Amino acid sequence: MKLTLKVWRQKNSTDQGGFVTYPIDGISTDMSFLEMMDVLNEELTEKGEDPIHFDHDCREGICGMCSLYINGNPHGPQQTTTCQLHMRSFKDGDTITIEPWRAKAFPVVKDLVVDRSAFDRIIQAGGYVSVNTGGVPDANEIPIPKKIADEAFDAATCIGCGACVAACKNASAMLFTSAKISQLAMLPQGQVERKERAEKMIAQMDAEGFGACTNTGACAAECPKGISLSNIARMNREYFSAVVSSENL
Amino acid sequence: MILDSKIPAGPLAEKWTKHKFNMKLVNPANKRKYEVIVVGTGLAGASAAASLAELGYNVKAFCFQDSPRRAHSIAAQGGINAAKNYQNDGDSIFRLFYDTIKGGDYRAREGNVYRLAEVSVNIIDQCVAQGVPFAREYGGLLANRSFGGAQVSRTFYARGQTGQQLLLGAYSALSRQVANGKVKLYPRTEMMDVVIIDGHARGIVTRNLITGAIETHAAHAVLLCTGGYGNVFFLSTNAMGSNVTAAWRAHKRGAYFANPCYTQIHPTCIPVSGDHQSKLTLMSESLRNDGRVWVPATVEIAEKLRKGQIKANDIPENERDYYLERKYPSFGNLVPRDVASRNAKYVCDEGRGVNETGEAVFLDFRDAIKRDGEDVIRAKYGNLFDMYQQITGENPYQVPMKIYPAVHYTMGGLWVDYNLMTTIPGLYALGEANFSDHGANRLGASALMQGLADGYFVIPYTVGDYLAQIGTKPVDANHPEFEKTAKEVKDRIQKLLSINGTKSVDYFHKKLGKIMWNECGMARTAEGLQKAKAEIRELRAEFWKDVKVLGENEELNQTLEKAHRVADFLELGELMIDDAYNRNESCGGHFREEYQTPEGEALRDDENFAYVAAWKYMGDGAEEELHKEPLEFENVKLTQRSYK
Amino acid sequence: MSWVTKTLSSTLGRKLIMALTGLFLILFLTGHVSGNMLLFKGDGGEAFNKYAQFMTTNPAVKILSYLTYISVIAHVIYSILLTRKNKTARPVGYAESKASTNSAWSSRNMGVLGTIILIFLVVHMQGFWAKMHWGDMPMVTYEGETYKDLYQIVQFAFQNEILVAGYVIAMGFLSFHLSHGFASAFQTLGLNHVKYSPAIELIGKIYCILVPVLFASMPLYIYFTS
Repeated sequence: MKLTLKVWRQKNSTDQGGFVTYPIDGISTDMSFLEMMDVLNEELTEKGEDPIHFDHDCREGICGMCSLYINGNPHGPQQTTTCQLHMRSFKDGDTITIEPWRAKAFPVVKDLVVDRSAFDRIIQAGGYVSVNTGGVPDANEIPIPKKIADEAFDAATCIGCGACVAACKNASAMLFTSAKISQLAMLPQGQVERKERAEKMIAQMDAEGFGACTNTGACAAECPKGISLSNIARMNREYFSAVVSSENL
Repeated sequence: MILDSKIPAGPLAEKWTKHKFNMKLVNPANKRKYEVIVVGTGLAGASAAASLAELGYNVKAFCFQDSPRRAHSIAAQGGINAAKNYQNDGDSIFRLFYDTIKGGDYRAREGNVYRLAEVSVNIIDQCVAQGVPFAREYGGLLANRSFGGAQVSRTFYARGQTGQQLLLGAYSALSRQVANGKVKLYPRTEMMDVVIIDGHARGIVTRNLITGAIETHAAHAVLLCTGGYGNVFFLSTNAMGSNVTAAWRAHKRGAYFANPCYTQIHPTCIPVSGDHQSKLTLMSESLRNDGRVWVPATVEIAEKLRKGQIKANDIPENERDYYLERKYPSFGNLVPRDVASRNAKYVCDEGRGVNETGEAVFLDFRDAIKRDGEDVIRAKYGNLFDMYQQITGENPYQVPMKIYPAVHYTMGGLWVDYNLMTTIPGLYALGEANFSDHGANRLGASALMQGLADGYFVIPYTVGDYLAQIGTKPVDANHPEFEKTAKEVKDRIQKLLSINGTKSVDYFHKKLGKIMWNECGMARTAEGLQKAKAEIRELRAEFWKDVKVLGENEELNQTLEKAHRVADFLELGELMIDDAYNRNESCGGHFREEYQTPEGEALRDDENFAYVAAWKYMGDGAEEELHKEPLEFENVKLTQRSYK
Repeated sequence: MSWVTKTLSSTLGRKLIMALTGLFLILFLTGHVSGNMLLFKGDGGEAFNKYAQFMTTNPAVKILSYLTYISVIAHVIYSILLTRKNKTARPVGYAESKASTNSAWSSRNMGVLGTIILIFLVVHMQGFWAKMHWGDMPMVTYEGETYKDLYQIVQFAFQNEILVAGYVIAMGFLSFHLSHGFASAFQTLGLNHVKYSPAIELIGKIYCILVPVLFASMPLYIYFTS
């Protein structure tokens, strides 16, 4: 396949940045999208040009490190991670536009690499059960209905890639935040800190500069792990009942 | 130097309890006076950092990824073993210990493995308390499955994403300590070297991957939780960033490297599709519970298949060779990983491979779908089938999957004693980075167990013992050794940047991978290893003359990061070959063609090789020095593994 | 900051205001459209005028109407606050975006739709509501009691085809606004449930078509029948 790539290049966080167009040839449909980028980078290196920087690690769709806004969709045209996107999704002669995630809370570091540490800080605000190592009850002393465990799992499957933020017209992090709040709100282990968790995580989410939710559903439609919008509804419930009933002034 | 494993005396079942009592404790008020560095935030690193911070130590945690949650432990699919015996099927701590020792082909320490089995039960309790959503039965209790050919159901799992859920649990515990101010997090920071003062590890040198700043960090103890080195083969199931650098730099500073040649080749991976391939994807071993492995009975049929003249489904039953079922009637498709991998290689070497490259075998669900219906199979493996289709473009419900073995895990690693301390006092290695618990072959669902055992339940005790002995005096961050080590790091970076040769880093990495895969992969020979050693030396020399690393240090420079890692792989590769050459026997993942039974199985030599091979670095280009730690077996009888 | 102001200035709190006021306005629309159906009665406007009199004088209705004014104002102010926050959340936009592949057009353009509806509302209230309250109204007598003849005003107004067309088009925008807003408000309140959400969505779909169609049919009916 022969393709034209329109790639966002930006030297560092303070650089203005802009698009650079690269023609590329000899791409096989079996290649993954990132392998196609590897080929381009090898060519650039050969020519002595700085290779395109992009985040990636496991390349099997689970670490959440890869990003890329491809032809107008986060992770490209398929509902999967960029590393699992294959070139058979494109046609010979296509022009592919590649941009970084765009959000105030995800500043560009270089080229297509963005800083997603805001997500870590949201988790640090309360996305955990406060148990120390050791001194916990036997695992089977906490029975959990299978249906609830499964639903909690569905929320816990979030890989923190940020596609939800990238897809949302408001760059909102509601789906990410709600997935963790939901998981722990459903499980008995999460009950003790339930109210405080909702209040703190949402405060942190707002402080990071993410937008609000317009319920467009773009986040869930683009989420490579299929996290459901019902988590956002649950988070809203959790938050409203927490602020009304908690004793935090 | 005589390697002292520090295994406590006494009966096996009492060793750890006794040892815990005998170790020194750090006064709670003194804990805050200690600094501990944890490199890597996978299962071992995140759990260690969180647990130590909970105890009151000041922890600095480093990872090269943009978030600790992305460490490669996240990709583990199958599950985690624990001797809970919730299923009432005869499991016990001793049985898990026994299976692990036997599975490792009797090349691990009894004491370590027993402790692993002992604390395995605590791991599950801990993870459940954190909110890890393990699979459950309708009654609300935890579900288990049998995994990797185990005769009991002791594997706890969270769909095909157990590693992810366990890591997110450890990450949440770590995040809590970050919020408490007890852990300082350094993401996108790579450890470049370890600083040794008066023979003790006293800190590390790091590179900030965004600014390129070379920084030094002082501490009372340094924990390397940096994973395995499977990427020495270029193609592996490891993440692209997985590397040996931290362990290798420690090795060059005096930490012995143990059993480097023990590599696990996982039998069920998606085959290589072309030269562009950057990594290999694992298909969970659980697929072998229902899938049947086969190749065409003759080379002629295989050739027709490869040319596309016939399709897999056209091949009648009598022209298929279900070779695992034929050779191992009692275990069939569920033989251990090393056996399954080697047999796939054999049939492909015979010319019966089934894809264009001739390096693939079928994993067929036709009979399982006929027996149970497509819905049942979808419920069990739906996500794996989808992933397969996503990558290959073929629908495994209709045509058999193609699989081939790929490098998956490295049992070797830094030599550690019972306390997980390397040969450098104050320097520890946890999880896959050490060599300690899996012997020559790791059983399925045991890697997660070991990573978390080390981090949650071993290191919090053993590091305290060391810290209590060295006292609370702060480490002098201005000691000249820090600056000296940092300068060496900077010089190396300058050297890499100034070569400005003609070949890319990947060129060298791919070449190294090919040498390693061909000569130090699934089957090894003395002759091949000698050849490979010469080739690697040549390649290494070429690398330092002709590699092209663009850009500068003071920026995000992924090529420079890769160059560092590949430079270390080029040195490690040679040591792996030395180790494989030295070990004149076959055991577990190490298969020397000269040493096999008449049926083609691994032939151990317990008389001469029941030892840990620990290698000491002797200087650039010099041959490394072998030190042997004899393995003593008092509780198990060494037998030939048989899965017939 | 007290917990109330803190909550109401959070993204979720602001959304809560949007949802509550939106739902109240949906209730208002339901009442409004039901009452105005009297225009179709064909009694020369008697029932309609009596109803209009009741709506402007009954004290309970007064309270409701003040709530409606507050809802409209709060809905507008909070939408501005949210839109501003949302705009700043993405300072650099995408060069290429295929939002249509992941979300409905109406959901992404609630602000635009709302603005058009607001403009319509000003015109609408100036034409009828302001006249009814403070304007010079013709009077009519039923059973000895005099009433303001709003019916006549309406009849007169909808002789103008431009105004009729404007009303019909405005109802189209209202329909789009409601097509997202109805179910969205429930989602924001956290009312998402496997059993009830499909029903809410269905009712929303019916509502967003039925109510604007009924409203739009009024000027059309008057235009074509008189």
